[in-house]
This record gives sequence, C-alpha cells and structure tokens, in this order.
Amino acid sequence: MTQFGAMTEREANVGTKVLAFISRVFLAAIIPLIAFAVIYAGFIFLRDSNAPKWIVAVVAIIWGVGGVGLLYWVFNGIVERMPDQWTTRLQPFVFVGPAVAILIFYLAWPTLVTFRLSLLDRNGVAFVGLQNYVAAFSQRLMLESFRNNLMWILFGSTFSVISGLLVAVLADRSRWERVAKSFIFLPMAISFVGAGVIWNFIYTVRPAGVPQIGLLNAIATGLGGAPRAWYAWTDIIPWNNLFLIVIVIWLQTGFAMVLFSAALKGIPGELMEAGRIDGATEVQIFFRIMIPYIRGTVITVWTTIVIFTLKIFDVVWVMTGGQFSTEVIATQFYRQSFVARNTGYGSAIAIVLLIAVIPVMIYNLRQFREQEAF
Amino acid sequence: MGASSQRRLNVLIVNFALLLLVLIWTIPTLGIFVSSFRARNDIQSSGWWSILPHRAWETSRVIVPSELGLDPTGVMEVEGISATFEEMRAGMQDGDTRLIWIGNRRLGRIEVQERKWTVNWTFTMENYNQVLSGKDIEFTRADGTVEIVPGDNMTSAFINSLAVAIPSTIIPILIAAFAAYAFAWMRFPGRKVFFIMVVALLVVPLQIALIPILRVYNFLQLNGTFLGMWLAHTGFGLALATYLLYNYISGLPRETLESAFIDGASHFTIFTRLILPLSVPALASFAIFQFLWVWNDYLVALIFLGGDPETKVITMRLADIVGSRGNDWHLLTAGAFVTMILPLAVFFSLQRFFVRGLLAGSVKG
Repeated sequence: MTQFGAMTEREANVGTKVLAFISRVFLAAIIPLIAFAVIYAGFIFLRDSNAPKWIVAVVAIIWGVGGVGLLYWVFNGIVERMPDQWTTRLQPFVFVGPAVAILIFYLAWPTLVTFRLSLLDRNGVAFVGLQNYVAAFSQRLMLESFRNNLMWILFGSTFSVISGLLVAVLADRSRWERVAKSFIFLPMAISFVGAGVIWNFIYTVRPAGVPQIGLLNAIATGLGGAPRAWYAWTDIIPWNNLFLIVIVIWLQTGFAMVLFSAALKGIPGELMEAGRIDGATEVQIFFRIMIPYIRGTVITVWTTIVIFTLKIFDVVWVMTGGQFSTEVIATQFYRQSFVARNTGYGSAIAIVLLIAVIPVMIYNLRQFREQEAF
Repeated sequence: MGASSQRRLNVLIVNFALLLLVLIWTIPTLGIFVSSFRARNDIQSSGWWSILPHRAWETSRVIVPSELGLDPTGVMEVEGISATFEEMRAGMQDGDTRLIWIGNRRLGRIEVQERKWTVNWTFTMENYNQVLSGKDIEFTRADGTVEIVPGDNMTSAFINSLAVAIPSTIIPILIAAFAAYAFAWMRFPGRKVFFIMVVALLVVPLQIALIPILRVYNFLQLNGTFLGMWLAHTGFGLALATYLLYNYISGLPRETLESAFIDGASHFTIFTRLILPLSVPALASFAIFQFLWVWNDYLVALIFLGGDPETKVITMRLADIVGSRGNDWHLLTAGAFVTMILPLAVFFSLQRFFVRGLLAGSVKG
C-alpha cells in the first residue's frame, strides 16, 4: 500500500516534471517565436506604411529600441529557466553574444571579404592578383590622393595639437576658462557638411568690383588684393588643400584642448612652483615641465587626429568633390567603389586605409596587454 | 616695472590672446547664423558684417545735369567738386561726399552721395520658411517679378534624422552595456579573445566594411531602410561603446555586486537594477558621442540610405542644396543652421558628459 502510494507519488512527480519540461520547451520555443513575430510585424509596418512621417518615426523608435530590449529579455528568460548548470554556462553568451555577432558581421567578416574582393576584378569575378594594388600605387589620381592625405595628416594633426595646447594653456590662466573653452569646443558639435557650408561662405568669391560677401575675400580686397576662389586656386596646387585642412583644425582643436586641459590640471602644483623658484621663465616651464609631463596625452591626441584625417571624406566630397587636385584616399575609395562601381579597385584602396592604421592597432593592443591582468 | 604690474600685464596678454582665439573660432559660425536671418537680396549685396555699424554711401540728392546747364563733355563742377564725365562714372570722391554718374552721357543724372554711419539691421524668417517647408514658395525679386521656388522640405529630413539617430544611439548602448557587464563580471570561454577583438576593431576604418555590407543589404533588401541604418551605426559604434562601458563597469565596487549575489539576485536582475543605474554617467557620455556622430554622419547615410528623397537625412539634404544651389546663400545658411540646432542644443545642455566621454577614450574607426 505504502509502496503503491510511493509509486504514484513518484509517477505524479515524473508527470509534473515531464509536464514542466514540456511547458518549458514550449515556452522556450513559443516566446521567441512571438517575439520575432512582433518584431517582424513592426518591420513590415514600417516598410510599407503610408502613415504620417512622424508617426512612422515614433513607431520606428519604440519598435527598434523595444525590440532589442525584448530580445535580451526573452533569451535571458529562456536561459534562466534551464537547469542551473546550463544557466551559468549559457548566460554569458546571452549577454555578450549579440555584441560579438554584430562586431563580427559589421567589421571583422567584411574585412576578410574586402581583402578577397581586392584581389578580384571590377565585378568581383575573375582573380587578378595584385593588379588593383599596383593601380592604387601608380595611378595619377591615387598618387595625388596620397600626397593630399599626407598633407591632411601632417598639417591637420600638427596644427590641431598646437592650437589645442595653446588654448588649453591660455585658458588655464584665465578667469574665463569655461566660457572660452565652450566657444572653442563648439565646432565639434557641427557636421562636416555643415562645416563645409560655413567655410564655403567664408571663401565665397564675387567678381572684382562687386562687394565681396565672403569674409576672406572682403579682407583680401580691403587690403588691396584681388578676390580669389581660395580652394580652387589652381596656381598654388597642392597648397590650396590647406584651405580645406583649416576646417579640420577648426573642428579638432576643441577635442585636443579638452584632453590637454585635463592633463595640464594633473600636473602637481609643486612641480611648477619649484621651477619658478629656480628662476625658470614661463616659456622654460612650458617646454621643460609641462610638455614632458603631458607627453602621453600629446601622443594620444596626435594619433587620434591622424586616424581621423586619414579617413577624411565628407569635407572634401561636399566642398570640392575632389576637383582642383583635392582628392584624398577616402574620396577615391568612394568614387571607385560606388560611382565607378569598380569593387576590386575600391576594395584595394580600403585595404590600403586599413594597413595605414595597423600600427595604431598594434600599439593599442600592446597598451591593453600591459595595463591589466585581463 | 614692479612684479605686480608685470603680473597684471601678463594676465592682460593671456586674456587678450584667448579672446582673439575665441573670436577666430566663433566668427565662421556667427557669419552663417547672422546671414540665415538676412533677406535673400541683402545677403547677395553686402557682407553679413554690415549688421555692424559701418560707413556707407547714401544718396542725398539727384541732379539732372542738363537742368543745371552742365556740359558733359568737359569738366563739370557740382557741390564744389570738379570732375569729368569719366571720373564721375567711376565715382568721384572728395572727403565724405561722392558724385556718381548714373546712365549715359547725354541723358544720365548725377547722384550726390554722402558717407554716413549705418547698420543693415533688417532680419527675416523667410529663409527658414523656405528651407523647412515642403511647399513651393513665391519670391518677389527686386524688380517686382515673382519667382516660384520649391521649398527644401528639411522638416521631413529632420524627422528622418531623428528616426535614424535615436535608435542608432540607444541600441548600441544597450548591446554594449550587456557585453561590457559580461566582460567585467562573468567568466566564460573566449572572453579574452572577444575582448581583444573589440580593442583591435576600435580603429578599423569603416570604409573597409562598406562594400560587403552593401551587398548583404541588397540581398536582404535592407537598403534604404532605417533598420539597415540603425544596425550599421550599431556595428560601427559598438567597439568603442563596449570598450568605454567596460572601462567604467569593471571599475564599479566589487562589494556592491557580491552582496547582491548573496541575496540571490540573478545576473540579469543585477544588470538591470544595479549596474545600469550606476553607469548612467558613462552611458550618457557615450550616448552624446554616438548621437552627435550619427546625426552628423554623411558617408554611411549616403551609402545605405541611397537617393530616395523620402528617407534622406538632414546632412544629405544639406549636401544636396550645396550641390544644386551652391550660391543661394540664404538657403545654405538657414539650412546649415537647421542641421546644427539640435547638436548644439545637446552639446550645450550636456557638455559635462560630452567632455567626460572625450576624456574616457577617443579612438573610433
């Protein structure tokens, strides 16, 4: 009797366990299905809807952000309903998986594909060996782009660093530090297309005799000179590029200033005081104490702006479209890949860009390995 | 010179140099800001700085030479100035008075102009109307003829930009925060390899991904959709986001988490209830960064949104005006300011977080 009772109890136990298992599996399968159905329905609505634009935008925002949250919640729910051992094993992948998958899909895998395409012809069919690279390093426009990009990197980064440092040092000694820094920093919020318009307006030219509405030409004619189309001034090639490079200096000085300003504030006061007591002039203090102290920051800022100017695209594309010998590597990449539709050649140019940043990548990885026991 | 007066001089030099730099950095933006409120004809006929007090020639009298019996073939004397026709044609100036001959030699007239202090102080919202509106707008030229000009419909582009930028900011933050938490507080196989991948991908130029991703998008029909844009911006911003958030989250005090574990909280609960609220400063820093980056982006939009005017974002619309009407400064200036207004508002209200984000790390591919 007792045995029988125990049996039924066990059977009942097994029964509930089986039932629980089935319902778990059912839930595990059905919840993601529902989630995907909701997300898919949202996608279809957004793609085909004729509703007013702002409604579509609001739905898009809720759907996009909510959808991602929902996915995490659903997958985590499934994993937490599993046996404990499996939860511990799988949960990290629920957390880290989407990020890793997206990084692989959007950056790592495309790098390999681009490399493969760079060895193929313009349609990505026939193998052509290194022909695209040979073209990339010998065509006149590409050589011109390399020269211009070198100017961008050299002048852009150097002057951004110098002016950023200058502002940081001056602001540090002024009572108007915060206000002044805000104004210098402001261009960082402006797009390159917007900055292009701003500077086009400064460079705009009217024929001689008509009032100049561009600031630079107004100054030039006011001083008795002739009005010029500055960046289209083909007599001074390649120096006309400087009129475009100024824009990046204008944008990036704020960035350099912020980092330098924070670094300068980290210099111990006693160090400066000791220098002053020893009779050092302000200039000596600047070069002998400040600069060595913030050397690490200078390198960081400099490399960041170098990478930034290496990939410069918008400003050239919007202002000159590469005319007047202002083409750079990234505009050549765009032109070859998406205008001329020569994927092989375009990919080779992209790989050249990648190779150029590899030293920085290695430096970053080395820093990372040194700084912590990960 | 005493030490204190020397110091005062130094302070003066520092402040003056700083003021000069601030002016140089501000004047370009100020120029388009002022111009965007000036009427089309004003922008084309005088520089925006004419809103400042300046001396300009104003016609005070008009003389018909034949009525005064002047002989246009010889030297004429008007208002105490002697000049020939050719000289007046070019403008004959004596002190603050100038004579200008308008029209031909036989039937022309002489304008007597005086130099006076003036300001061009007329402003209008018309440029913004035209740039923002999706409808056609009537423009009356100086000579009275009416021209129909199409509006640039930047309102719709503005909404598109919002629809692209907001999810493109929140989605990568959410995904990166989960990943950063896992890297910081969980142990799993592949942890180190994955994180090295994150660090390595920090500086990879996004150009490298454009052709392959475009091909996949063509296949999935994601081209020209906002969804495609969100995912692309998520992909390109994720490495930096993960890296920054990892630095912050791994620095949070260990005891807080351990006591939560002892209370039986799951990772998911700890993450949503504890880590996310504690990480708000880091999340905000990155959010501003990413928002400005996406809002100001041109290249990614150019490639993945394509040419459909319905979905164009605001930078593309502005670039279109630059391309098609590069000399219509009344539109360009207003349009540029429309694109800048939101980033500037974000920037000024949240500058503190933005600066913090910059300091935390600034290497983006």
